[in-house]
Amino acid sequence: MNKIALEFKDVTFHYKNSEIPILDGIDLQIDEGEFISIIGPSGSGKSTIFRLITGLEDPFKGSILLNGEPVTNRLGAVGYMPQQDLLMPWRTVLDNAILPLEIKGIKKEIAQAQVKELLDDFGLKGQENVLPSNLSGGMRQRVSFLRTILSGSNILLLDEPFSALDAITRLTMQEWLIEQWMKRKKTILFITHDVDEALFLSDRIFVLQQKPHTFIQEVKIPLGRPRTLRDVSKSEIVTLKETLIDQLRSKVSI
Amino acid sequence: MNSIKSYLASSLLVFVLLIIWEIGAGIYNKSFILPSPTDILQKLWELKTILLFEHLPATLLIIVVGLLISIIVGIGLAVWMNMSKIAEKTFYPLIIASQTIPTIALAPIFVVWFGYSIWSKVFVTFLITFFPLTVSTFDGLRSSNKNIKELLLTMGASKKDIFFKLDVPSALPAIFSGLKVAVTVSVIGAAIGEWLGAEAGLGYFSRRMMTQMDGAAIFAPIVLLSIVGILLFSLVSWLEKICLKWRKE
Repeated sequence: MNKIALEFKDVTFHYKNSEIPILDGIDLQIDEGEFISIIGPSGSGKSTIFRLITGLEDPFKGSILLNGEPVTNRLGAVGYMPQQDLLMPWRTVLDNAILPLEIKGIKKEIAQAQVKELLDDFGLKGQENVLPSNLSGGMRQRVSFLRTILSGSNILLLDEPFSALDAITRLTMQEWLIEQWMKRKKTILFITHDVDEALFLSDRIFVLQQKPHTFIQEVKIPLGRPRTLRDVSKSEIVTLKETLIDQLRSKVSI
Repeated sequence: MNSIKSYLASSLLVFVLLIIWEIGAGIYNKSFILPSPTDILQKLWELKTILLFEHLPATLLIIVVGLLISIIVGIGLAVWMNMSKIAEKTFYPLIIASQTIPTIALAPIFVVWFGYSIWSKVFVTFLITFFPLTVSTFDGLRSSNKNIKELLLTMGASKKDIFFKLDVPSALPAIFSGLKVAVTVSVIGAAIGEWLGAEAGLGYFSRRMMTQMDGAAIFAPIVLLSIVGILLFSLVSWLEKICLKWRKE
């Protein structure tokens, strides 16, 4: 029996300025160490789910459990990696990465020492005093991911982290992300537009369709680990991909 | 090397204008009305002791005190308006409206209030400098990236964290821009204050020479005033460069 890292119990939510609920009585469970992707067309409420988990928004009804406990003030409890890297341009790589530690009140020197040990793993060795404006897109995302890891949480929310990268960098980053995920045994929720990306990375995919969501459709990926890119071209996966795309396409009105 | 090159064109223009002025003044030949640049330089040299050691310190004191008050009040007000919507709604329109009042025309009343003491001039300097500082600081604080703010919130950041780690660094470029404008106009404020009521100062000296119809002596302190303005501006630019190293040229 796996431990549950994140659980939604009968969660209902709508934004203050609209009456139409986005989530209506949603239940979901994510096990410790799982890699989940959330796909869905723009405006389907993917980011809303993240805002609820991070605590930027609170459910109208129902509860959100982190590691088995209902947590009312979730701010600071999970690691969130935004779509744009959102690095502070005036801070160096090192000083950007230590932000979550700084906010927890850890002394700067201790925080920096802790980050320095990780730089090599993140391909950032020797870059600690570089400003973000001098980094490539892939590197900036790695700093952003490092900062997310340093939140110290076992639950990481990644919001389309690779959408701005070119195709080749994106592939490298996907492989690298999986490597880090396996090594650090984190639970990851990953928003993406890209069905291929979702298939390659995840254990399960949550497919968001029309609002309001009264349930969330789940798709299990029938692939083991470790995976290679070639696995994604297996015929059963290709069929799965086509079904997913058809499903998503029917929800997009032009 | 590059900085010399970038000032070459403007220096050349100034030089040409000075030569035209010199020749024009020579032809006109009434140096009490239109002194030539060399007349002014000569006068400046003659008056160097009294200008540098008596009148310049008096004016500098006004500028420095006026600017300091302006920085404290202006930045303080901007921070307050940034924190409280009520403060913003109360003060922001008033600050903008205050700029429609001709500050300079009000200066005589300050002399009535504060007499010939330093405070009447400091008040004029303050009034003229606090507007650019307040508005630019306020806009700078507001310009901070809302997405980074939310990211900090998800890390469990307090209001204080967000203010010091995000709002202040985001506002610094705007604060420096405001400060550049403020130091330049502070010189004007101090000089105007001194015209109306002072016992020393470069503005005061210039006006006294007017009554004596000594054209060159009117200009000499003005040369010093503009040098003070340029130096103050350079000081702020230098500080800006040090504080904002991360900004690309």
